Amino acid sequence: MNCCCQYKSREEIFSQDNIDLGLIKAVLEKYRGDKGNLITVLQEAQEVYGYLPLSVLKHIADVFELKPAQVYGVATFYTQFRLTPVGKYLILLCQGTACHVNGSERIETVLLEELKIKPGETTADGLFTLSNVACLGCCSLAPVMMINGQAYGPLTTDRAVKIIKDLKAREISEGGEPA
Amino acid sequence: MKLRIGLGSCGLAAGAQTVKDSLEAELLNQGIDIKVQPAGCVGMCHHEPLLDIIDDNGQIFTYGHIDEKNIKEIIEEHIVAGRPVEKHLVHSSRQPNDFLNGQLKIALRNCGIINPEVISDYMEQGGYKALEKALKQSPKDIIEEIKRSGLRGRGGAGFPTWFKWEAARNNPGEVKYVICNADEGDPGAFMDRSLLESDPHSILEGMAIAAYAIGASQGIIYCRAEYPLAIKRLETAINQAREKGLLGENIFNHNFSFDIRIKKGAGAFVCGEETALIASLEGERGMPRLKPPFPAESGYWGRPSNINNVETLANVPWIIANGGEAFAAHGSEKSKGTKVFALAGKIKNGGLIEVPMGLSLKEIIYQIGGGIKADRAFKAVQLGGPSGGCIPASLLDISVDYESITSTGAIMGSGGMVVMDDTTCMVDVARFFLDFTCKESCGKCVQCRIGTKRMLEILERICDGKGRAGDIELLEEIGQKVKEGSLCGLGQSAPNPVLTTIKYFRDEYEAHINDKTCPAKYCKALIEYRIDPEKCKGCNLCAKKCPVNCISGEKKQPYIIDQQRCIKCGNCLEVCPTKFSAVILEGGGGEA
Repeated sequence: MNCCCQYKSREEIFSQDNIDLGLIKAVLEKYRGDKGNLITVLQEAQEVYGYLPLSVLKHIADVFELKPAQVYGVATFYTQFRLTPVGKYLILLCQGTACHVNGSERIETVLLEELKIKPGETTADGLFTLSNVACLGCCSLAPVMMINGQAYGPLTTDRAVKIIKDLKAREISEGGEPA
Repeated sequence: MKLRIGLGSCGLAAGAQTVKDSLEAELLNQGIDIKVQPAGCVGMCHHEPLLDIIDDNGQIFTYGHIDEKNIKEIIEEHIVAGRPVEKHLVHSSRQPNDFLNGQLKIALRNCGIINPEVISDYMEQGGYKALEKALKQSPKDIIEEIKRSGLRGRGGAGFPTWFKWEAARNNPGEVKYVICNADEGDPGAFMDRSLLESDPHSILEGMAIAAYAIGASQGIIYCRAEYPLAIKRLETAINQAREKGLLGENIFNHNFSFDIRIKKGAGAFVCGEETALIASLEGERGMPRLKPPFPAESGYWGRPSNINNVETLANVPWIIANGGEAFAAHGSEKSKGTKVFALAGKIKNGGLIEVPMGLSLKEIIYQIGGGIKADRAFKAVQLGGPSGGCIPASLLDISVDYESITSTGAIMGSGGMVVMDDTTCMVDVARFFLDFTCKESCGKCVQCRIGTKRMLEILERICDGKGRAGDIELLEEIGQKVKEGSLCGLGQSAPNPVLTTIKYFRDEYEAHINDKTCPAKYCKALIEYRIDPEKCKGCNLCAKKCPVNCISGEKKQPYIIDQQRCIKCGNCLEVCPTKFSAVILEGGGGEA
C-alpha cells in the first residue's frame, strides 16, 4: 500500500478536488455526536458523491472530532467504500464460489480484454468500471454480473462481451448523453 | 383462486418483476379479477421465475421459467379453463417434485408462501403467537425450552444457543442488547438473504423472544449493505411491528419493552466474527479482539450482548410455539432440528433447501439436488465456504451434522454447499479461497496476515506450473501455524480449504508440481486450446469471436490459434458449433 500523501503537503491533498462539502451537511447534522455512526455517515456520503473524496473524509473527521487517519482507516478497511470515482456503468462481476466453478474467471478475462482495463479500474472514456465482488447471492444464475443494479446471468464469455458491446453502442447512438 | 409470484433477489434477477407486470396486464386485459400476490423465495432458484396458482381447494400448482410467452397460455388454459398446463409445471400438490419433497421446513416455513411486506400474512401463519406465549412464561423457562430443543448456532460454529442466552441473562447490566448477525459473507451462501427477504417478521419475533429471555431492551440487525432488498423489507417489517405494538413499549401489555434498528455493514467478511461485528457497530475497523471477555459479558459499548445468526433466530418462534421436544425430534443425536443449505455450483437443482440434520450428503446432492449438471462426474462438495473444506466422493455417505462434517476437516459453516465436477481443479479451488481469506484478513495477527499471503503465493505458483518439490509439505506446515497463531475464526479456519484438498486430492497437487499438468484442464498456464484441422470446416466463427484476434485462417480451410497471443478465455470452444466440435482443450505436458 502506498502512502496516501505521496510527498504532497496536507493542504494540497485535501484541497485537490472541487467538492461541495455542503452536500452532506444534513447527513452530518443527523449523525454527529456519536462516533458509532461513522460507517453510516461514510455510506451516506458515498451515496451523495458516488465515492469518498479525501476532502470529504477530512471534513467528516473534523465534524466528528476524529483523527483523519482514523476515518481514512475505516474507509479503506471496508470494501464498500471507494476513494476514486466510478464510471457511468459499474460492473460488479461476481467471483463467489458458485460463479468461480462455473467459469467467472474466463468471463473476467474477456471483459478486461474488451474494456482494456485492469480489475477495479475505469475505462478512459469514464463509461465502465469493473469491480470483482465476493458474492451477489444469486448463485443459481452463476456466472453472474450486475451492471448498475441489474443482474445478468447465466453468462457465457460470448454473452458477457455482447452485453458490454450493446451498452457501448447505446452510448454512441445516444451521443454520449447521460442516461 | 390465488396467484403468487416469487420476488426474492434471485427471482428478480431472473426477471420476475417483468413477468409479474405482464401477468397483471394480461389479467386486466382479459377482465379477470385476481390479484397477484408477491412472495419471497421458495428455494427453487433453478426454476425462477416461479408462479404459484392455488386453487380453491388449496392445491398448489407451481410453474417454472415463466416468461411473457407462456403466461398467456397458462392464463387461458389454467386460470380460465381450469386445465393445468403440465409441460410448464415444475411442482404441484398432486405431483410434488423431489426437490421439495425431500425437505422439512422449519426456519423457511413461510418463505415463498407469505407476502413478506404484509404483517397480517405472517400473523395468519401463527406469527407473533410465540412471542405472546413466551411473555406468559418466565425468561428462565424460555431458556429451558431452547435448551430442550438442542438448537445450536446456525452461523457456523454450532455453539448451543441456550448457553449464550443464559450467559447474557446472568451478566448484570441495566442495558443489554440482542444483535442479529446478518452479515452473510461466505461466497456461495445466500440462506440469510433469502430468509430476510422472504420472512423478515420471523427474525424480529425471534429477536424479541431472545430479548425477553436475556432481559434486553434493544435490538440491532447488522445486515450486509449488499442486500438492499433484505434491508428494505426489514425496515417495512419493523415499522409494521411497531404500528401493531409488537415492538415498542409494554408489548402484549407486559412489562417488556423492546425495539430494533438496522445497521448496514460495509463489506468485510471478518465482521461475521462477533467481536469484529461489535467493533464495526461502534464505527471502527472491524478487527476481532481477544475473548474473554465474551460479548455476553462485555459486548456492544461494553454491555452484555447476545449475538445470534439469522437462521438461528428464525427457528426460535417455531420452537416456542411447538415446544423444544418437537424440534429435537428431528435431526441426529448431537445436532438437532434442521439446517438450511444453499445448494450451488455444478448441480442440476440449485437453490435453497432445508433438511433434517443427519441426512447424507448423497441424499442431498442426488435426490434433492438432482445430481450433477450435464451428468458429469461428481468430484467434491465444498462446505462451509472459506472456513470449510472439500469433501470427496468417497465420503458422500457421511451424515450431515456438526460432528461428522468436522471429522472430515471441513465445517458445517453457515450452509453454503458448492458442488464441483471433474472440470473443477482442486488446487485452483484452494487458491481461490486463499485469495479470498488473504484479502479479507483484517491484518491483526501476523500468522493470518502473512501466512495466508505466503500460502497464496505458493498456490499461485503451483497453478502457474512453477510448483516445486516440497511445496505441499510447506503448505501443510504454514497452514498449521496459521491455525495455531490466529486470534479469530477467520485465521483459525483459513487453511482448511488447502489442508482438505491436500488430504483428499494430493494427486492433483502432485500432477501440477511434478508433471506440470492440470488434470481438470482448468489452470490457464497448463492448458492449450487447439483447433483440430481434420474437424475444422473454416466457418470463421471462432476467429470472429476471439477477443484478441489470435485465430486466423482462410475461409473453408482449417483455422489456427496463435498460442503466443491466446489469453485462454475459452470463447472459441464455446462458440464452435457442436456439429464440428473442432476446438479441443488440451492439458499441458504434451499429452492429449
